[in-house]
Amino acid sequence: MAFEEPTISYNGEIREISLGKEADVTVGGETCYPFYLFEGKMPHRPVIAMDVYDSEPEEWPESILAPFADVVDDPVAWAKKCVESYGAEMIALQLVSTDPNGLDTSPEQAVEVTKKVAAAINVPLIVWGVANPEKDRVVLKMVAEACSGENLILGPVEEDVYKAVGAAAIAYGHTIAASTPIDINLAKQLNILLGNLGVSDEKILTDPTVSSLGYGLEYCYSVMERIRLAALTQEDERLQFPILANMAKEVWKIKETKLSQEDDPLLGDQTKRGILLEAMTAQLFLLAGTDILVMRHPDAIQLVRDFVDDLATDN
Amino acid sequence: MALTGIQIYKLLPQTNCGDCGVPTCLAFAMSLAVGKAELAACPHASEEAKTELADASAPPIRPLEIGTGEKVLRVGGETVLFRHEKTFVNSPGIAVLVSDDMSEEDVDGRLERFNTLEYERVGLTLRADLVAIEAVSGDKGKFEALAGKVKEKIQGGIILMSDDPSLMEAACKVCADCKPLIYGATKENMDDMAKLAKEYGCSLAVKGKNLDELSDLTAKLTEDGLKDLVIDSGARTVNKAFRDQVSIRRGAILKKDRSVGFPTIAFPCEMADDLMKETLIASMFVAKYGGIIVLSDLQGHSLFPLLLARMNIYTDPQRPMAASPGIYEIGGPDENSPVLVTCNFSLTYFIVSGEVEASRVPSWLIVVDTEGLSVLTAWAAGKFAGDAVGIAMKKFEIADKVKHKKVVIPGYAAAISGELEEELDGWEILVGPRESAHIPAYLREWKG
Repeated sequence: MAFEEPTISYNGEIREISLGKEADVTVGGETCYPFYLFEGKMPHRPVIAMDVYDSEPEEWPESILAPFADVVDDPVAWAKKCVESYGAEMIALQLVSTDPNGLDTSPEQAVEVTKKVAAAINVPLIVWGVANPEKDRVVLKMVAEACSGENLILGPVEEDVYKAVGAAAIAYGHTIAASTPIDINLAKQLNILLGNLGVSDEKILTDPTVSSLGYGLEYCYSVMERIRLAALTQEDERLQFPILANMAKEVWKIKETKLSQEDDPLLGDQTKRGILLEAMTAQLFLLAGTDILVMRHPDAIQLVRDFVDDLATDN
Repeated sequence: MALTGIQIYKLLPQTNCGDCGVPTCLAFAMSLAVGKAELAACPHASEEAKTELADASAPPIRPLEIGTGEKVLRVGGETVLFRHEKTFVNSPGIAVLVSDDMSEEDVDGRLERFNTLEYERVGLTLRADLVAIEAVSGDKGKFEALAGKVKEKIQGGIILMSDDPSLMEAACKVCADCKPLIYGATKENMDDMAKLAKEYGCSLAVKGKNLDELSDLTAKLTEDGLKDLVIDSGARTVNKAFRDQVSIRRGAILKKDRSVGFPTIAFPCEMADDLMKETLIASMFVAKYGGIIVLSDLQGHSLFPLLLARMNIYTDPQRPMAASPGIYEIGGPDENSPVLVTCNFSLTYFIVSGEVEASRVPSWLIVVDTEGLSVLTAWAAGKFAGDAVGIAMKKFEIADKVKHKKVVIPGYAAAISGELEEELDGWEILVGPRESAHIPAYLREWKG
């Protein structure tokens, strides 16, 4: 008796979103659960953006600093190295220095560095604030205006800032990463609000908020799965957007990426451990429905690319 | 094969007596069909009905045990496709492979790491579960010797791997009392292997060339009276193995196809030539339906992330993970060290303790029982109120541990300072940062 392979039918589809100035990268378009290629399409492979900080990072473990040691004090050189040496498909510029609880640098400075980085690379650029509504509102708005026509991806666009940043994105032609705290209903609600504001459906990505492996990853994993289920099998139009996971900063701040092998011999080699923690976090998010990953370590990125190749190649 | 509500109804007494708690037999039958009721609730069911329904009401994926005693591994018993639908139940067994053509050093290293790589986390012990012993040399003596050695050296379950029934029998004799998993039965050797599984009371793994052959084999073995099977579709590429795992889980759950209603066994060790890649493939099987996952090696840097993945994916989404309330010493605090309080939502605890540790300022962290709720939720629900926090501080006797009288509360719970001040006579309540990321900077400025 032949085994009957059970397939399911889908009635929804993820939107295709073009990123970058020249629509250099397209994400979305899935008509099936992540990598269920035997019953649907996934016309675009997931994309990996590489992290670049706008100021020299503090408290990064040596294992993740090493690949960028020569460029960490220069965001432009850093972004170029990611693209030229590591083949980054996108760059995620993290405007960490603007944090009022940190260096509190000016919006003007953020604009300056964003313009320089955008000019130096030929891949789509994500520009990420510090999740401080007062500051992000000003910074992201000014960045949007100064980089008119660049089609940046601006985030995190939380409910507190969506009006200001959304309006600026419409006016100056950018894409939005709509950010909500690990909740499918809030994610949907914000997408509705953005639509009401007039943000085009071709300009929205969903950031359901992510955390690292070992530190609550399961919450984000299930929210992503639920978003995909609703989008693909319940025709929930306001959830049919590609998902972005700004995850590297979560992984590389956990204790287990910072402890050396001497600190805890059972945890093994610190560099390899960090790389695998990052790659595994990324992989699980891919399996749950992520389209754009923000990652850091070149070796972790390579592992994820190889895995995606293996998974997507019918052999 | 599962029965429909109508089929079940025909087996019931059809008296509508209501003794089962449901007004009519038809309604009860419908509940049985969807697994919302158990036949035991009907005191009048015939033996015939019980037998027929036992099959229909068994879990879609058979739960089974490998090994004995404290280290027994339970696999299978899954009931859903996605963890948010209910929960994943029995986390997959993680196995390391040793073979009888490996050097003694390679074997010993693997067994040593199997035994020692163990991690404590929120009250759970994370570790690998099984050692798979493969006959490669074809030499009966070597296989027997290796089985004996593994049995003696490890605390955990055993998988015996050989296609040759005579080799398998020799190894079974050595470790029958450990109830190993026999891997396995193929189309060619299934009768002999089935005999061994029965004789030694072991679970039997079945390997097909593909899903068709596999479901044929399990159907035959089931007919032959074997119940505890573990299945392998034979796929050894990531793409095909992923697809087969999904098909098997769906077949068992959506179609109630008994021929695939068993835990699976997956072999990342045969799918990559590098431990990092292999372990990443293993975590795919954690997310997508592996029952037992066999790796070529375990190293701290590879096993630890994999165990975290398993813990995360198999956490019951219906119950928030909670850290135990109490007083935690971070970095060896003394009588002048800062005192912080937070909730017992495990995520909050991890993050806050991680940031305190990162600050390198030795501190006391008091974890208040908020029933697993986060600070903001607990505060809104009145479970992180001044009295609750005050009582916890007294209960954990923090006043005996420090000379100062200062306590740092989370920024999100600033509103409780007044109440807490009243609760704790003479204490100064300091409002800390709202975001844990700002804790290190805050602590470095802290003056006792």
